Amino acid sequence: MDWLWVVSDWLQALAAGHEPWESYARYFPQLMQGVWLTLQLVVLSGIAGFILAIPLALMRVSDRAWLWVPAYSYIFFFRGTPLLVQIFLVYYGLSQFEWLRQSGWLWNEVLSHAYWCAIITFSLHTAAYIAELFRGALQSIPKGEVEAARALGLSHRQQYSRILLPRAFGMILPAYGNEVILMLKGSALASTITLLDLMGATRNVIARTYMTLEFFLLAGVLYLLIAAVFIGLFRVLEKAYNAHQHAVRLPLNQIDPQLRDEHLRQQVKEDRP
Amino acid sequence: MKSKMMQKLLVGVLSLSWLVAGTAMAERLRIATEGAYAPFNFIDSSGELRGFDVDIAWALCEQMQVECELVAQDWDGIIPGLQQRRYDAIIASMSITPERQRVISFTDPYYSNVLAFIGPRNVEMATDAESLRGKTLGAQRATIAGQYLEDTLGRYVNVRLYDTQDNAYLDLANGRLDGMVSDKFPAYDWLQTDAGAAFEFKGEDIDIDDKIAIAVRRNDNALRERFNQALQAIVESGVYAEINARYFPFSIY
Repeated sequence: MDWLWVVSDWLQALAAGHEPWESYARYFPQLMQGVWLTLQLVVLSGIAGFILAIPLALMRVSDRAWLWVPAYSYIFFFRGTPLLVQIFLVYYGLSQFEWLRQSGWLWNEVLSHAYWCAIITFSLHTAAYIAELFRGALQSIPKGEVEAARALGLSHRQQYSRILLPRAFGMILPAYGNEVILMLKGSALASTITLLDLMGATRNVIARTYMTLEFFLLAGVLYLLIAAVFIGLFRVLEKAYNAHQHAVRLPLNQIDPQLRDEHLRQQVKEDRP
Repeated sequence: MKSKMMQKLLVGVLSLSWLVAGTAMAERLRIATEGAYAPFNFIDSSGELRGFDVDIAWALCEQMQVECELVAQDWDGIIPGLQQRRYDAIIASMSITPERQRVISFTDPYYSNVLAFIGPRNVEMATDAESLRGKTLGAQRATIAGQYLEDTLGRYVNVRLYDTQDNAYLDLANGRLDGMVSDKFPAYDWLQTDAGAAFEFKGEDIDIDDKIAIAVRRNDNALRERFNQALQAIVESGVYAEINARYFPFSIY
């Protein structure tokens, strides 16, 4: 990403002599690389966590103990312990096991890298929260809809895949967006395991410039901007997916003519004293 | 009546202030250290401050024939505490830097810090930039070692910066790091532990002209001179060498 340095040089020339802008310009490439890494962490763990959450939620709403007990314990653990503890457990904790370090691929390609440790931890963490959202949604689908699905003769599997899960997804969308924002902020902890995400890059810059206030402020603004983008994306997604729930204002003649006639007749009736 | 009482009160207050001033005037030097930088200053299992810095502090007090009091103070507040007169000197392995010299004064150095490479015993490791190319090296963030790593080797090696020295040791021990750059003397202490036994210093020490000295308030020239004289005296009398030998088999002066 050489263009970052070109932009940085140009910005530095522009801001010459004006602190903190000149320092902002000088460290612009590092911070942008940090933003990029933060985005990767949030998006990848958001997707992986979502995929993981579906079976977890289905297990959680099951009546069979061997299904719901493990899911419940998992959710209990990941919701009840700090993310920092989890990330240290995965990064520093697992590496204490000699047999794991000798396990070849798993260690060499995955667990020895801070990047994958962060993504694994964040995915497991967010999956617990999303599963709990799904559980709440599945249990609050109006009984009538479940009965309707059954009355259509759909199998248990079809009920879930065609009716219940899509319905639950629509219900959790706003809360899921919220969870992604929380994950974005939680991702700052990746800096504690040497990753140069936005927070890590910022801390490195501060260790060099001693401009603590200026660069933490800038990091805060950048996090805000990223959060704003995510909020916007989820708003669009929700509008599209839950379109049936949003009232649409249309001129009468664009609505079904039969309805329109009905409406007019009603009005005539009301107007008559 | 009223004025009598006022008089008594005034006498009382005056004598009290005289008492307070009296105790302050009796030679009692308060010295701060951090207590979290083994083996230079740390708190032992019985809660006592110990270490090289602490021993040097006691030796200097004895040389100067003053009564001393040692206090532990967190690193980030250690210079403000000196300025606010909560203590009179800092003996806490503090490097002389231009930034600090603007706000406090330093005595003559009492030891020199060097950086060193650490790597696994069973691996040959040359420490020039070319041989290190592609390797992963770690250091603590916001330290001279971390800056050295980024500035001089940043283009050749993968740099990993850690929040604490201990976390860097962990990743060195579990193989995520090929090597580390660290202050030499604390690292020497770690190499003596079980976890550090499989590692050793590699290559030449890195001299970064890092001098460690005692800090006093900016205009406290009298105290600074007394420290300098006492320091010279304990170096000449062999007391310094004896303390040095308690911690390191090589001279760090």
